[in-house]
Amino acid sequence: MENSIRGHEAQRIIKELNVELLPKKFGALGKTWVVLLLIVIANGLFFYCQQLRQGLCITGLGDYVSWGIYISNFVFFVAASLVGSLITAILYLLNVKWRAPLTRISEVIAVAAIMFAGLIIIVDMGRPDRIHHLFMYGRIQSPILWDIIVITTYMTISILLLYFPLLPGIAFCRDNLTNIPKWQKKMYRVLSLGWRGTKDQFAIIKKSVTILSVLIIPVALSIHTVTSWLFATTFRPGWDSTNFGAYFVSGAFMLGAAAVVAGMFVFWKFYEGYNKYITENHFDRMGKLLVLLSLVYLYFTINEYLVPGYKMKQIEADHLQSLFVGHYAPMFWAVQIFGMIIPIIALLFKRFRKPAPMFVIALMVIVAAWFKRFLIVIPTMLHPFLPMQEVPVEMQHYMPTFPELSITLSSLAAALLVITIFVRYFPILSIWEIAEEKGIETEEMEVKGE
Amino acid sequence: METEENKPEKENSERRNFLKSGLAVAGLALAGAGLGKAFSNKEGGATGEKVKLLTTDGKLVEVDSANIKMDSHHCGNSNNAEARKGIPGKKFVMVIDLSRCKHALKCQDSCQKHHNLEEKGKYLKVFKMQDSELTSPYWMPKPCLHCDHPPCVKVCPVDATFKRDDGIVLIDNERCIGCRFCMAACPYSSRTFNWEEPKMPTEIAGICYSPETSVPRRKGTVEKCDFCPDMLKVGKLPHCVSACPNGVFYFGDLNEDTVTNGDETLRFSTLMKDKAGYRYLEGLGTEPSLYYLPAASRLFPFKDAEKKEENPPENH
Repeated sequence: MENSIRGHEAQRIIKELNVELLPKKFGALGKTWVVLLLIVIANGLFFYCQQLRQGLCITGLGDYVSWGIYISNFVFFVAASLVGSLITAILYLLNVKWRAPLTRISEVIAVAAIMFAGLIIIVDMGRPDRIHHLFMYGRIQSPILWDIIVITTYMTISILLLYFPLLPGIAFCRDNLTNIPKWQKKMYRVLSLGWRGTKDQFAIIKKSVTILSVLIIPVALSIHTVTSWLFATTFRPGWDSTNFGAYFVSGAFMLGAAAVVAGMFVFWKFYEGYNKYITENHFDRMGKLLVLLSLVYLYFTINEYLVPGYKMKQIEADHLQSLFVGHYAPMFWAVQIFGMIIPIIALLFKRFRKPAPMFVIALMVIVAAWFKRFLIVIPTMLHPFLPMQEVPVEMQHYMPTFPELSITLSSLAAALLVITIFVRYFPILSIWEIAEEKGIETEEMEVKGE
Repeated sequence: METEENKPEKENSERRNFLKSGLAVAGLALAGAGLGKAFSNKEGGATGEKVKLLTTDGKLVEVDSANIKMDSHHCGNSNNAEARKGIPGKKFVMVIDLSRCKHALKCQDSCQKHHNLEEKGKYLKVFKMQDSELTSPYWMPKPCLHCDHPPCVKVCPVDATFKRDDGIVLIDNERCIGCRFCMAACPYSSRTFNWEEPKMPTEIAGICYSPETSVPRRKGTVEKCDFCPDMLKVGKLPHCVSACPNGVFYFGDLNEDTVTNGDETLRFSTLMKDKAGYRYLEGLGTEPSLYYLPAASRLFPFKDAEKKEENPPENH
């Protein structure tokens, strides 16, 4: 801290930060948003109850396409959760200063996504009532067990990485939010763990964040690599690839960066005063980062399709033809063009690295990323080694049913609701980290009085 | 190791209690779970001691006469732990002679009937194959290949599907969690899933379960061809083998180097040598227990039968 700010000036800045960044009650727009999410969730829950009663027959799945959008949606969630480690850990360890206002946004996206990755996979199970069998009879040979281990580890570290830097913020809510219901006061009191903002306490936080940041990187790489192995450990065309781990991880970073951009835009646009902290400069930098990550993903994508496409081994050829020129070609090319080519080209120009165009591009990348996971999972299942014969016609192709789509959408809505609720009750910008970035010593942030 | 799923219907437990008391008088200590199974096995004659003891008790037969019908498929007289071990000293092998198949589908009919299967989830399929454009089409019956390096078993997270010492790969549908990883892993698409509550005769739905019989089937679990271990146990051939009118299927024991299709019994090694036996997709390294004899010098000309293909059964 070269030119540190102290005394009155520091206090004034902290006060200003705190007041501006306290969580606020939702306005009309916020309330509408919550109601909308609740409707989508309720619709999904209704159909999930139906699925529990009748079985997976309410989906479009069959004996050939036995994994459908539940699984591709699971991969999407795991991918989205990787961003927490990118912004929080990698940029933190690289000592990138501008990340401070973005850490909590990315970390809360990560936590919400990994939570629902875990839940959506239960939705896909034929016997969710036997989930305890995984603990009673778990076999470590199965990549599913590896996935369970790394996902729970990642979830734990992510929650801690969200929680520790949040302590000063919770304490501030505890001390300064008046006129709130009793339970909310109590929640802040319990969750703040007696935070007083002493030098020692800050030292502990910083040390923990450093340790967690180091820990989370290998675990983050593992979650998506292991998830890719659920496919790559089989013989099937399109999945039988040694490129899969890197391919999935790079795609996840790209999706995650886009998700953070979308989140940034919401706060920049709809939260008064936040554009002082999330500035156009942040969008510019995230735009550049997104180009870089997209280029890495482009590299692995080319590897993934060009090499088997060059050889055209019979079974791979059938699969690739369905993607390039066949049934899935429109979706495949739309995903490549809107989810990769256009974002890369547009973001090279400064005028597109402004908040509004960035938001549009980020949404394109996110939607394309969801369909990309669909294209990874489903067409492969339609290309078994033996011909698809002696099954009803419905089982020879796959179209998600309305109940299946409702359940999937409700998981996405529920993840957004978790983020929304978090934003309602906790400061989404890390006050002390921003203050520190401005050159204020942590001693100045000690809780006074009482 | 009974799971909570092993809850037979009320009548079943009544029967069990009745049996228990009867047997207690006789001074016989039998495992509770074994009783129902043993009872339902009376018709098959069968091997296990438990069965003989029970058949000597005349009253038992009268208790639940409805159950007599169910026993075309022997309710395995072994518990789960035994079912996982397999028949000692055996290494089962199947040989399918493609030159004899004329798509009569008797194998499939018999399999469907004895496993109480529905039209859409077939354990045994007969594929119309054509390896390349200029080669001739042929029929290829395909049950489960019972691999020695089974990719399905490798990926199962809960040990619900397992490889026995006698070479058979089975599924315990009381343990299966329905993740369907095995279905993704199987390169032969041998596995089917109970997407909805399976339709079975009520007397079947009520009987005790054994992985060796694959009945009663259960919603939300995976199933597949089981090589009919209940038949093998009593020294009989799997249903598809005995049902085939053309002797397409040979079944036997690798340790004895013998296979039979019911009519003739041959040396496995000689058959392989004389008829150039091979395994499907050998290159995958799964080491199947199923060998094929090429469709050369065929008994029947290939006739493309549209049977059953025309009207797919109604499905959800």
